[in-house]
Amino acid sequence: MSDKVLLSIRDLQVSYGGIEAVKGISFDVREGEIVTLIGANGAGKSSTLRSIVGLVKPRGGSIVFDGEDITGADTTGIVKKGVTLVPEGRRIFPDLTVLENLKIGAYMRRDSLQEDIDWVYSLFPRLKERSWQAGGTLSGGEQQMLAVGRALMSRPKLLMMDEPSLGLAPIIVRDIFSIITEIRKRGVTILLIEQNANMALQTADMGYVLETGRITISGTGDELLSNEAVKAAYLGT
Amino acid sequence: MQLAVSTLLSGISAGGQYALIAIGYTLVYGILRLINFAHGDVFMVAGLVVIYMTASMPLYVALPLMVVFIVVLGFCIERAAYKPLRSAPRMSVMISAIGVSFLIQNFATYYTGGLARFYPEIPFLYDSVTIAGATTRWVTIVTPFLVVALVLLLLLLINKTKIGLAMRAAAKDFETCQLMGIKINSVISFTFVIGSALAAIGSILYFTNYPSIMPQSGALPGLRAFVAAVFGGIGSIPGAVVGAFIIGICENIVKVNPTYSIFSDAVTFIILIVVLGVKPTGLFGEKVTDKV
Repeated sequence: MSDKVLLSIRDLQVSYGGIEAVKGISFDVREGEIVTLIGANGAGKSSTLRSIVGLVKPRGGSIVFDGEDITGADTTGIVKKGVTLVPEGRRIFPDLTVLENLKIGAYMRRDSLQEDIDWVYSLFPRLKERSWQAGGTLSGGEQQMLAVGRALMSRPKLLMMDEPSLGLAPIIVRDIFSIITEIRKRGVTILLIEQNANMALQTADMGYVLETGRITISGTGDELLSNEAVKAAYLGT
Repeated sequence: MQLAVSTLLSGISAGGQYALIAIGYTLVYGILRLINFAHGDVFMVAGLVVIYMTASMPLYVALPLMVVFIVVLGFCIERAAYKPLRSAPRMSVMISAIGVSFLIQNFATYYTGGLARFYPEIPFLYDSVTIAGATTRWVTIVTPFLVVALVLLLLLLINKTKIGLAMRAAAKDFETCQLMGIKINSVISFTFVIGSALAAIGSILYFTNYPSIMPQSGALPGLRAFVAAVFGGIGSIPGAVVGAFIIGICENIVKVNPTYSIFSDAVTFIILIVVLGVKPTGLFGEKVTDKV
């Protein structure tokens, strides 16, 4: 882990049709870290990720990635700089085969993909078995693996994940989180948002609690796990 | 026998020509969920352009140049009339398409004075040939082979190339495509380019058979091709082709009896309605899952 700040968010504000979803949040993601934003439905987590990757234009504030201001830039440009998002609900392409889904993740690259395909297959051996199957025929857990694999194919510096555990069986959630740690070992920085706060905080170096568009608590993963307010509201212990 | 052969031949030939237009409808619908009403008029322009070009240059220059011109026209129509409405409701885009259709027809009337113009006779395609006692033009024989070749090429492009991969993905989910770094607007433009090129090639075959061109000449073949695309299951390329051949053949069977030939289009539509009643998404239609 280095001290280099890869992503720096300052006073970010996002609104949808007059409703303020994010009301001026600031946080940093350092290179090699796993950072998590936790919070309830509608706290502004997805809006934050979507504005970082340019799918929604922020109303105010700044987003600096790798020393460059990317506030309000278009999505393809941001993705090209090395940011990728595993979207909520996985959004794999149902008609494309598993292999095609992986290849499309590397759409901007012109070099050989074999090494990365092999790596993704080694992370998720299930995908290899099903490489010729249409993405839509996979189970929910397999689709999540495919969505993560697809995102990795672009060789991102920053991998963002929107609720990777949503709708998955606990055992699969554990798999996904152990693979997140595995991916970090490769030097990929990870920003993930979760309602499953327990798993997320156990895995993360830094955590932020988002409540109705504002960051209310922040600290290392362990600090938040033992924080009384977090325990009461998000861990159910 | 002779009648059966000639009916079948002209049916297959007309069908092939509709198929080349129908692919343009189905490709654009597949990616934008838009019925591009201007497509038939672009087809008509392809005919007119050849007439005007051959006044000052030989055919072998005019025809390729015409295809280029039509491709540019298709590209410009998308950029000017559809792209600004990307996030507008689908109905607005459709109205824009109807507007473009009128605009093109009006321009054509302005340039032709509303009079019929005659398509040049293309050597070889226009020449007569006799098969099993039925006399026809070479274009009739060439059309189905050319269509099959072009469709195979197109399927290869869509299934085996990177841009084809992007087209298939864009047909499902624009937003996720952007997350993959795909420039959606380039993919859409490319789709219009292919559709226009095929319509341009189709126009050469069609107007060799029906050489008189009026500003409204694109409307009817365009409408039949659109019906063919719906019939086959809009969004599906093989569907559009099969649908177009069925419609071309049906139409020519009805035309055999001169008393009823005037009803050929109505009969075609009745068949369409019956088929859609049984199979609402068309012959090869995708399941009705709306875009998420």
